[in-house]
Amino acid sequence: MNYATVRPRLSEKVRLRFDRRTDRYLLLYPETGLELNETATAIVRLCTGEWTIDEIVDHLIRSYGDVSRGEISRAVREFLAILADRGLLQGAA
Amino acid sequence: MNNKYRPYTLIAELTYRCPLHCPYCSNPSDLAEYGKEIDTDTWIRVFQEAEELGVIQLNLTGGEPLLRDDLELLVERARRLDLYTNLITSGVPLTFERLTRLRERGLDSVQISIQSTRGAVSDRLAGTPAFNRKLDAMRWATSLRLPLTLNVVLHRENIAEIEEFIALAEHVAADRLELANTQYLGWALKNRHALLPTREHIKWARTVAAEAKTRLRGRMEVVFVTPDYYTEYPKSCMEGWGRRFIVVNPEGLALPCHLAHTIPGLQFERVTQHRLADIWRRSSGFNRFRGEEWLPDPCRTCDRRAIDFGGCRCQAFHLMGDAGLPDPACTLAPGHHVIESARAQAGRSVSIPVLFEHRTGLGHSSR
Repeated sequence: MNYATVRPRLSEKVRLRFDRRTDRYLLLYPETGLELNETATAIVRLCTGEWTIDEIVDHLIRSYGDVSRGEISRAVREFLAILADRGLLQGAA
Repeated sequence: MNNKYRPYTLIAELTYRCPLHCPYCSNPSDLAEYGKEIDTDTWIRVFQEAEELGVIQLNLTGGEPLLRDDLELLVERARRLDLYTNLITSGVPLTFERLTRLRERGLDSVQISIQSTRGAVSDRLAGTPAFNRKLDAMRWATSLRLPLTLNVVLHRENIAEIEEFIALAEHVAADRLELANTQYLGWALKNRHALLPTREHIKWARTVAAEAKTRLRGRMEVVFVTPDYYTEYPKSCMEGWGRRFIVVNPEGLALPCHLAHTIPGLQFERVTQHRLADIWRRSSGFNRFRGEEWLPDPCRTCDRRAIDFGGCRCQAFHLMGDAGLPDPACTLAPGHHVIESARAQAGRSVSIPVLFEHRTGLGHSSR
Protein backbone atom coordinates (compact mmCIF):
# COMPACT_ATOMS: atom_id res chain seq x y z
CA MET A 1 0.00 0.00 0.00
CA ASN A 2 1.32 3.40 -0.94
CA TYR A 3 1.38 5.65 2.09
CA ALA A 4 0.98 8.90 0.23
CA THR A 5 -1.77 7.97 -2.20
CA VAL A 6 -3.86 5.05 -0.88
CA ARG A 7 -6.92 6.17 1.04
CA PRO A 8 -8.14 3.14 3.00
CA ARG A 9 -11.85 2.65 3.24
CA LEU A 10 -13.70 -0.08 5.09
CA SER A 11 -15.47 -2.55 2.87
CA GLU A 12 -19.25 -2.63 2.86
CA LYS A 13 -19.54 -5.86 4.74
CA VAL A 14 -18.00 -4.32 7.84
CA ARG A 15 -19.89 -2.78 10.75
CA LEU A 16 -18.43 -1.09 13.78
CA ARG A 17 -20.35 -1.76 16.98
CA PHE A 18 -19.74 -0.75 20.56
CA ASP A 19 -19.71 -3.71 22.94
CA ARG A 20 -21.05 -2.65 26.33
CA ARG A 21 -19.81 -5.88 27.89
CA THR A 22 -16.14 -5.22 27.20
CA ASP A 23 -16.29 -1.43 26.68
CA ARG A 24 -14.58 -1.96 23.35
CA TYR A 25 -15.53 -1.60 19.74
CA LEU A 26 -16.10 -4.66 17.60
CA LEU A 27 -15.60 -4.75 13.86
CA LEU A 28 -18.22 -7.18 12.65
CA TYR A 29 -18.35 -9.00 9.34
CA PRO A 30 -19.97 -12.24 8.16
CA GLU A 31 -19.65 -15.05 10.71
CA THR A 32 -17.15 -13.28 12.94
CA GLY A 33 -15.56 -10.03 14.05
CA LEU A 34 -12.49 -8.36 15.50
CA GLU A 35 -12.30 -6.92 18.98
CA LEU A 36 -10.54 -3.58 18.67
CA ASN A 37 -8.32 -1.85 21.18
CA GLU A 38 -8.27 1.93 21.44
CA THR A 39 -5.63 2.45 18.73
CA ALA A 40 -7.31 0.03 16.34
CA THR A 41 -10.62 1.80 16.88
CA ALA A 42 -9.00 5.15 16.10
CA ILE A 43 -7.49 3.74 12.90
CA VAL A 44 -10.77 2.14 11.81
CA ARG A 45 -12.60 5.43 12.32
CA LEU A 46 -10.18 7.06 9.90
CA CYS A 47 -10.66 4.42 7.19
CA THR A 48 -13.32 6.47 5.43
CA GLY A 49 -11.66 6.85 2.06
CA GLU A 50 -10.84 10.48 2.82
CA TRP A 51 -7.41 10.07 4.39
CA THR A 52 -4.16 8.69 3.06
CA ILE A 53 -2.17 6.35 5.27
CA ASP A 54 0.31 9.15 5.99
CA GLU A 55 -2.54 11.38 7.08
CA ILE A 56 -3.94 8.64 9.33
CA VAL A 57 -0.54 8.41 10.99
CA ASP A 58 -0.51 12.23 11.39
CA HIS A 59 -3.94 12.11 13.07
CA LEU A 60 -2.79 9.46 15.52
CA ILE A 61 0.39 11.34 16.36
CA ARG A 62 -1.76 14.27 17.40
CA SER A 63 -3.72 12.03 19.80
CA TYR A 64 -0.79 9.95 21.06
CA GLY A 65 1.96 12.59 21.25
CA ASP A 66 4.20 10.51 23.48
CA VAL A 67 4.66 7.72 20.93
CA SER A 68 7.22 7.99 18.15
CA ARG A 69 6.16 8.40 14.54
CA GLY A 70 7.97 5.19 13.64
CA GLU A 71 6.06 3.22 16.20
CA ILE A 72 2.69 4.63 15.19
CA SER A 73 3.45 4.18 11.54
CA ARG A 74 4.33 0.53 12.16
CA ALA A 75 1.15 -0.06 14.17
CA VAL A 76 -0.98 1.47 11.41
CA ARG A 77 0.76 -0.54 8.71
CA GLU A 78 0.38 -3.81 10.59
CA PHE A 79 -3.24 -3.23 11.42
CA LEU A 80 -4.18 -2.19 7.88
CA ALA A 81 -2.51 -5.37 6.63
CA ILE A 82 -4.69 -7.41 9.00
CA LEU A 83 -7.79 -5.66 7.67
CA ALA A 84 -6.72 -6.04 4.03
CA ASP A 85 -5.94 -9.75 4.47
CA ARG A 86 -9.45 -10.32 5.73
CA GLY A 87 -10.96 -8.40 2.85
CA LEU A 88 -12.17 -5.64 5.17
CA LEU A 89 -10.73 -2.79 3.10
CA GLN A 90 -12.17 -1.81 -0.25
CA GLY A 91 -9.96 -2.45 -3.25
CA ALA A 92 -6.98 -3.36 -1.09
CA ALA A 93 -6.19 -6.72 -2.69
CA MET B 1 -25.64 -20.05 37.66
CA ASN B 2 -23.10 -19.90 34.89
CA ASN B 3 -21.79 -16.47 33.97
CA LYS B 4 -18.50 -17.67 32.61
CA TYR B 5 -19.72 -18.11 29.07
CA ARG B 6 -20.95 -15.50 26.63
CA PRO B 7 -22.89 -16.40 23.51
CA TYR B 8 -21.76 -14.43 20.44
CA THR B 9 -23.98 -15.94 17.78
CA LEU B 10 -27.66 -16.79 17.69
CA ILE B 11 -28.62 -19.28 15.02
CA ALA B 12 -32.32 -18.75 14.46
CA GLU B 13 -33.81 -21.68 12.61
CA LEU B 14 -37.00 -19.96 11.53
CA THR B 15 -38.57 -22.98 9.89
CA TYR B 16 -37.81 -26.54 8.86
CA ARG B 17 -39.83 -26.06 5.68
CA CYS B 18 -37.69 -26.01 2.54
CA PRO B 19 -38.28 -26.38 -1.20
CA LEU B 20 -35.03 -28.35 -1.47
CA HIS B 21 -34.48 -32.01 -0.61
CA CYS B 22 -30.74 -32.44 -0.32
CA PRO B 23 -29.44 -35.88 0.61
CA TYR B 24 -27.09 -34.38 3.23
CA CYS B 25 -29.64 -32.10 4.87
CA SER B 26 -28.56 -31.02 8.34
CA ASN B 27 -32.07 -30.83 9.74
CA PRO B 28 -33.27 -33.66 11.98
CA SER B 29 -34.31 -36.72 10.02
CA ASP B 30 -37.55 -37.20 11.94
CA LEU B 31 -39.18 -33.96 10.86
CA ALA B 32 -42.65 -35.38 10.65
CA GLU B 33 -42.71 -35.34 14.45
CA TYR B 34 -42.13 -31.61 14.74
CA GLY B 35 -44.85 -29.21 15.69
CA LYS B 36 -45.79 -25.59 15.32
CA GLU B 37 -43.33 -22.82 14.49
CA ILE B 38 -42.92 -20.06 17.07
CA ASP B 39 -44.47 -16.72 16.15
CA THR B 40 -43.07 -13.33 15.23
CA ASP B 41 -43.35 -11.77 18.69
CA THR B 42 -41.52 -14.68 20.27
CA TRP B 43 -38.66 -14.37 17.79
CA ILE B 44 -38.41 -10.63 18.41
CA ARG B 45 -38.24 -11.25 22.17
CA VAL B 46 -35.60 -13.96 21.61
CA PHE B 47 -33.48 -11.51 19.59
CA GLN B 48 -33.72 -8.95 22.41
CA GLU B 49 -32.85 -11.48 25.08
CA ALA B 50 -29.97 -12.80 22.99
CA GLU B 51 -28.56 -9.31 22.51
CA GLU B 52 -28.75 -8.66 26.24
CA LEU B 53 -26.81 -11.88 26.81
CA GLY B 54 -24.01 -10.67 24.53
CA VAL B 55 -24.99 -11.96 21.10
CA ILE B 56 -23.74 -9.79 18.23
CA GLN B 57 -24.21 -12.07 15.23
CA LEU B 58 -27.55 -13.40 14.04
CA ASN B 59 -27.92 -16.13 11.44
CA LEU B 60 -31.43 -16.40 10.04
CA THR B 61 -31.65 -19.89 8.69
CA GLY B 62 -33.86 -22.95 8.44
CA GLY B 63 -35.02 -24.86 6.45
CA GLU B 64 -35.64 -21.99 4.12
CA PRO B 65 -36.11 -18.74 6.09
CA LEU B 66 -37.65 -16.98 3.08
CA LEU B 67 -40.74 -19.11 3.62
CA ARG B 68 -41.50 -17.00 6.70
CA ASP B 69 -43.74 -14.06 5.74
CA ASP B 70 -42.42 -12.07 8.70
CA LEU B 71 -38.79 -12.21 7.60
CA GLU B 72 -38.68 -8.50 6.69
CA LEU B 73 -39.98 -7.55 10.10
CA LEU B 74 -37.55 -9.88 11.86
CA VAL B 75 -34.63 -8.38 9.92
CA GLU B 76 -35.76 -4.88 10.79
CA ARG B 77 -36.00 -5.68 14.50
CA ALA B 78 -32.66 -7.48 14.51
CA ARG B 79 -31.02 -4.49 12.90
CA ARG B 80 -32.62 -2.18 15.43
CA LEU B 81 -30.76 -4.22 18.06
CA ASP B 82 -27.56 -3.67 16.08
CA LEU B 83 -27.15 -7.40 15.45
CA TYR B 84 -25.05 -8.33 12.42
CA THR B 85 -27.75 -10.11 10.47
CA ASN B 86 -26.97 -12.81 7.97
CA LEU B 87 -29.58 -14.58 5.85
CA ILE B 88 -28.78 -18.20 5.02
CA THR B 89 -30.89 -19.29 2.10
CA SER B 90 -31.22 -21.66 -0.82
CA GLY B 91 -32.02 -18.54 -2.86
CA VAL B 92 -34.96 -20.34 -4.41
CA PRO B 93 -38.11 -18.53 -3.24
CA LEU B 94 -36.41 -15.13 -3.68
CA THR B 95 -37.24 -12.18 -5.91
CA PHE B 96 -35.18 -9.08 -6.57
CA GLU B 97 -37.90 -6.98 -4.92
CA ARG B 98 -37.83 -9.05 -1.76
CA LEU B 99 -34.06 -8.97 -1.49
CA THR B 100 -34.17 -5.20 -2.00
CA ARG B 101 -36.69 -4.88 0.83
CA LEU B 102 -34.56 -7.05 3.12
CA ARG B 103 -31.51 -4.95 2.30
CA GLU B 104 -33.46 -1.76 3.05
CA ARG B 105 -34.59 -3.17 6.39
CA GLY B 106 -30.95 -3.67 7.36
CA LEU B 107 -29.87 -7.13 6.24
CA ASP B 108 -26.06 -7.22 6.48
CA SER B 109 -25.16 -10.22 4.37
CA VAL B 110 -26.57 -13.18 2.55
CA GLN B 111 -25.35 -16.75 2.18
CA ILE B 112 -26.59 -18.76 -0.77
CA SER B 113 -26.02 -22.48 -1.13
CA ILE B 114 -25.23 -24.23 -4.35
CA GLN B 115 -25.18 -27.97 -4.94
CA SER B 116 -23.23 -28.16 -8.19
CA THR B 117 -21.97 -25.81 -10.93
CA ARG B 118 -23.76 -28.00 -13.45
CA GLY B 119 -27.42 -27.12 -13.65
CA ALA B 120 -28.75 -30.63 -14.13
CA VAL B 121 -26.64 -32.09 -11.31
CA SER B 122 -27.50 -29.21 -9.00
CA ASP B 123 -31.21 -29.67 -9.63
CA ARG B 124 -31.02 -33.41 -9.08
CA LEU B 125 -29.15 -33.03 -5.78
CA ALA B 126 -31.52 -30.33 -4.61
CA GLY B 127 -34.48 -32.39 -5.72
CA THR B 128 -36.01 -29.42 -7.51
CA PRO B 129 -35.15 -27.12 -10.44
CA ALA B 130 -33.32 -24.48 -8.45
CA PHE B 131 -30.04 -23.80 -10.21
CA ASN B 132 -30.97 -20.81 -12.36
CA ARG B 133 -32.85 -19.18 -9.53
CA LYS B 134 -29.79 -19.47 -7.33
CA LEU B 135 -27.66 -17.80 -9.99
CA ASP B 136 -30.20 -14.97 -10.22
CA ALA B 137 -30.18 -14.60 -6.44
CA MET B 138 -26.38 -14.31 -6.40
CA ARG B 139 -26.45 -11.62 -9.09
CA TRP B 140 -29.12 -9.70 -7.20
CA ALA B 141 -27.06 -9.78 -4.04
CA THR B 142 -24.05 -8.39 -5.87
CA SER B 143 -26.10 -5.70 -7.61
CA LEU B 144 -27.50 -4.59 -4.24
CA ARG B 145 -23.94 -4.56 -2.86
CA LEU B 146 -25.04 -7.08 -0.29
CA PRO B 147 -22.03 -9.09 0.92
CA LEU B 148 -22.38 -12.57 -0.51
CA THR B 149 -21.18 -15.90 0.79
CA LEU B 150 -21.40 -18.83 -1.56
CA ASN B 151 -21.82 -22.04 0.40
CA VAL B 152 -21.06 -25.42 -1.08
CA VAL B 153 -21.59 -28.65 0.80
CA LEU B 154 -19.00 -30.99 -0.66
CA HIS B 155 -19.41 -34.73 -1.08
CA ARG B 156 -18.31 -37.43 -3.45
CA GLU B 157 -20.54 -36.37 -6.29
CA ASN B 158 -19.52 -32.71 -6.49
CA ILE B 159 -16.02 -32.57 -5.03
CA ALA B 160 -14.47 -32.94 -8.49
CA GLU B 161 -16.04 -29.58 -9.39
CA ILE B 162 -14.04 -27.64 -6.85
CA GLU B 163 -12.26 -25.51 -9.46
CA GLU B 164 -15.62 -24.67 -11.05
CA PHE B 165 -17.06 -23.66 -7.68
CA ILE B 166 -14.15 -21.29 -7.18
CA ALA B 167 -14.56 -19.88 -10.70
CA LEU B 168 -18.28 -19.37 -10.14
CA ALA B 169 -17.67 -17.59 -6.83
CA GLU B 170 -15.22 -15.27 -8.58
CA HIS B 171 -17.63 -14.73 -11.44
CA VAL B 172 -20.46 -13.63 -9.13
CA ALA B 173 -17.99 -11.59 -7.05
CA ALA B 174 -18.72 -13.40 -3.79
CA ASP B 175 -17.01 -12.08 -0.67
CA ARG B 176 -16.67 -15.50 0.83
CA LEU B 177 -16.67 -19.06 -0.42
CA GLU B 178 -17.34 -21.90 1.97
CA LEU B 179 -16.25 -25.26 0.62
CA ALA B 180 -17.51 -27.32 3.50
CA ASN B 181 -17.47 -31.07 3.41
CA THR B 182 -20.65 -32.65 4.64
CA GLN B 183 -20.98 -33.21 8.35
CA TYR B 184 -21.99 -36.85 8.53
CA LEU B 185 -24.93 -36.55 10.88
CA GLY B 186 -28.68 -36.63 10.27
CA TRP B 187 -29.49 -37.31 6.63
CA ALA B 188 -25.86 -37.27 5.61
CA LEU B 189 -25.08 -40.12 8.00
CA LYS B 190 -27.89 -42.17 6.51
CA ASN B 191 -26.46 -41.47 3.05
CA ARG B 192 -22.80 -41.63 4.02
CA HIS B 193 -22.02 -44.62 1.82
CA ALA B 194 -22.98 -42.55 -1.21
CA LEU B 195 -21.50 -39.24 -0.06
CA LEU B 196 -18.15 -39.72 1.65
CA PRO B 197 -15.25 -38.88 -0.70
CA THR B 198 -12.01 -40.84 -0.79
CA ARG B 199 -8.77 -39.68 0.80
CA GLU B 200 -7.37 -38.80 -2.65
CA HIS B 201 -10.41 -36.64 -3.45
CA ILE B 202 -9.99 -34.73 -0.21
CA LYS B 203 -6.26 -34.27 -0.59
CA TRP B 204 -6.59 -32.87 -4.08
CA ALA B 205 -9.54 -30.63 -3.21
CA ARG B 206 -7.74 -29.23 -0.18
CA THR B 207 -4.73 -28.34 -2.34
CA VAL B 208 -6.88 -26.57 -4.94
CA ALA B 209 -8.71 -24.65 -2.21
CA ALA B 210 -5.43 -23.64 -0.55
CA GLU B 211 -4.13 -22.23 -3.83
CA ALA B 212 -7.31 -20.24 -4.34
CA LYS B 213 -7.16 -18.97 -0.79
CA THR B 214 -3.69 -17.54 -1.38
CA ARG B 215 -4.50 -16.14 -4.80
CA LEU B 216 -7.73 -14.47 -3.67
CA ARG B 217 -6.54 -13.17 -0.31
CA GLY B 218 -8.07 -9.81 0.47
CA ARG B 219 -10.69 -10.15 -2.27
CA MET B 220 -12.51 -13.33 -1.35
CA GLU B 221 -12.23 -15.44 1.74
CA VAL B 222 -11.96 -19.12 0.85
CA VAL B 223 -12.79 -21.56 3.61
CA PHE B 224 -12.25 -25.30 3.17
CA VAL B 225 -13.68 -27.64 5.77
CA THR B 226 -12.23 -31.15 5.73
CA PRO B 227 -14.63 -33.92 6.74
CA ASP B 228 -13.93 -35.25 10.24
CA TYR B 229 -13.30 -38.62 8.65
CA TYR B 230 -10.00 -37.40 7.21
CA THR B 231 -8.64 -35.27 10.01
CA GLU B 232 -6.33 -36.49 12.72
CA TYR B 233 -8.23 -34.68 15.43
CA PRO B 234 -11.90 -33.75 15.76
CA LYS B 235 -13.32 -30.30 15.09
CA SER B 236 -14.05 -27.99 17.94
CA CYS B 237 -17.72 -28.53 17.29
CA MET B 238 -19.65 -25.24 17.78
CA GLU B 239 -16.38 -23.98 19.30
CA GLY B 240 -17.33 -25.93 22.40
CA TRP B 241 -20.70 -26.99 23.76
CA GLY B 242 -22.66 -24.05 25.16
CA ARG B 243 -19.66 -21.79 24.77
CA ARG B 244 -20.35 -19.29 21.97
CA PHE B 245 -23.49 -20.37 20.10
CA ILE B 246 -27.18 -20.65 20.81
CA VAL B 247 -29.44 -22.37 18.34
CA VAL B 248 -33.17 -21.80 18.60
CA ASN B 249 -35.08 -24.27 16.48
CA PRO B 250 -38.40 -23.65 14.71
CA GLU B 251 -40.38 -24.89 17.71
CA GLY B 252 -38.51 -22.60 20.08
CA LEU B 253 -36.24 -25.19 21.64
CA ALA B 254 -32.93 -23.55 22.66
CA LEU B 255 -29.94 -25.77 21.91
CA PRO B 256 -26.12 -25.76 21.98
CA CYS B 257 -26.12 -27.14 18.41
CA HIS B 258 -28.82 -27.80 15.86
CA LEU B 259 -28.89 -31.55 16.52
CA ALA B 260 -28.34 -31.54 20.31
CA HIS B 261 -31.94 -32.59 20.94
CA THR B 262 -31.39 -35.79 18.96
CA ILE B 263 -29.19 -37.00 21.84
CA PRO B 264 -31.43 -38.93 24.25
CA GLY B 265 -31.37 -38.13 27.93
CA LEU B 266 -30.57 -34.43 27.62
CA GLN B 267 -33.10 -31.87 28.70
CA PHE B 268 -33.60 -28.65 26.75
CA GLU B 269 -36.03 -25.82 27.30
CA ARG B 270 -38.26 -23.74 25.09
CA VAL B 271 -37.95 -19.99 24.67
CA THR B 272 -41.73 -19.82 24.97
CA GLN B 273 -41.47 -20.97 28.59
CA HIS B 274 -38.15 -19.60 29.84
CA ARG B 275 -36.00 -16.55 29.41
CA LEU B 276 -33.02 -17.15 27.16
CA ALA B 277 -30.59 -16.01 29.89
CA ASP B 278 -31.99 -18.61 32.29
CA ILE B 279 -31.71 -21.32 29.66
CA TRP B 280 -28.16 -20.32 28.75
CA ARG B 281 -26.98 -20.36 32.34
CA ARG B 282 -29.09 -23.02 34.03
CA SER B 283 -30.24 -25.53 31.43
CA SER B 284 -28.94 -28.98 32.37
CA GLY B 285 -28.63 -29.74 28.64
CA PHE B 286 -26.40 -26.68 28.05
CA ASN B 287 -24.30 -27.48 31.12
CA ARG B 288 -23.94 -31.20 30.44
CA PHE B 289 -20.88 -30.96 28.15
CA ARG B 290 -19.64 -27.50 29.05
CA GLY B 291 -16.08 -26.84 30.14
CA GLU B 292 -13.72 -29.68 31.03
CA GLU B 293 -15.25 -31.44 34.04
CA TRP B 294 -17.28 -33.87 31.98
CA LEU B 295 -14.40 -34.91 29.69
CA PRO B 296 -13.79 -38.67 29.33
CA ASP B 297 -10.40 -40.35 28.98
CA PRO B 298 -8.19 -39.79 27.05
CA CYS B 299 -9.55 -36.24 26.48
CA ARG B 300 -9.31 -35.11 30.10
CA THR B 301 -5.51 -35.15 30.06
CA CYS B 302 -5.04 -34.37 26.37
CA ASP B 303 -3.15 -31.22 25.37
CA ARG B 304 -5.82 -30.50 22.77
CA ARG B 305 -8.76 -30.45 25.19
CA ALA B 306 -8.92 -26.64 25.11
CA ILE B 307 -8.73 -26.68 21.31
CA ASP B 308 -11.40 -29.20 20.33
CA PHE B 309 -13.29 -29.72 23.63
CA GLY B 310 -13.54 -33.44 22.97
CA GLY B 311 -15.09 -32.93 19.52
CA CYS B 312 -18.67 -33.42 18.44
CA ARG B 313 -21.16 -34.85 20.97
CA CYS B 314 -23.68 -35.78 18.29
CA GLN B 315 -21.03 -37.73 16.42
CA ALA B 316 -20.05 -39.58 19.61
CA PHE B 317 -23.69 -40.46 20.17
CA HIS B 318 -24.62 -41.39 16.61
CA LEU B 319 -21.49 -43.46 15.95
CA MET B 320 -20.65 -44.78 19.42
CA GLY B 321 -24.05 -44.77 21.10
CA ASP B 322 -22.88 -42.52 23.95
CA ALA B 323 -22.58 -38.74 23.71
CA GLY B 324 -20.19 -38.72 26.68
CA LEU B 325 -17.47 -40.62 24.80
CA PRO B 326 -14.63 -38.98 22.87
CA ASP B 327 -15.54 -38.05 19.29
CA PRO B 328 -14.47 -41.13 17.28
CA ALA B 329 -13.09 -38.80 14.57
CA CYS B 330 -10.06 -38.43 16.85
CA THR B 331 -7.24 -40.86 16.13
CA LEU B 332 -6.67 -41.06 19.89
CA ALA B 333 -10.27 -42.10 20.60
CA PRO B 334 -10.96 -45.75 21.49
CA GLY B 335 -13.79 -45.80 18.94
CA HIS B 336 -11.77 -44.49 16.00
CA HIS B 337 -12.10 -47.82 14.18
CA VAL B 338 -15.67 -46.91 13.14
CA ILE B 339 -14.25 -43.94 11.22
CA GLU B 340 -11.55 -46.11 9.69
CA SER B 341 -14.06 -48.63 8.42
CA ALA B 342 -16.27 -45.90 6.90
CA ARG B 343 -13.18 -44.53 5.19
CA ALA B 344 -12.23 -47.97 3.89
CA GLN B 345 -15.75 -48.34 2.51
CA ALA B 346 -15.42 -45.00 0.69
CA GLY B 347 -12.12 -46.17 -0.80
CA ARG B 348 -13.74 -49.35 -2.10
CA SER B 349 -16.76 -47.74 -3.77
CA VAL B 350 -15.74 -47.20 -7.35
CA SER B 351 -18.91 -45.96 -8.95
CA ILE B 352 -21.13 -43.36 -7.42
CA PRO B 353 -24.43 -44.76 -6.23
CA VAL B 354 -27.24 -42.77 -7.74
CA LEU B 355 -29.96 -43.57 -5.26
CA PHE B 356 -30.45 -41.12 -2.49
CA GLU B 357 -32.98 -41.72 0.17
CA HIS B 358 -36.08 -39.86 -0.86
CA ARG B 359 -38.11 -38.04 1.66
CA THR B 360 -41.56 -36.62 1.79
CA GLY B 361 -43.37 -34.26 4.09
CA LEU B 362 -42.06 -30.89 5.07
CA GLY B 363 -38.93 -30.91 2.97
CA HIS B 364 -35.47 -30.15 4.23
CA SER B 365 -32.81 -27.53 4.36
CA SER B 366 -30.13 -27.14 1.75
CA ARG B 367 -27.55 -26.63 4.43
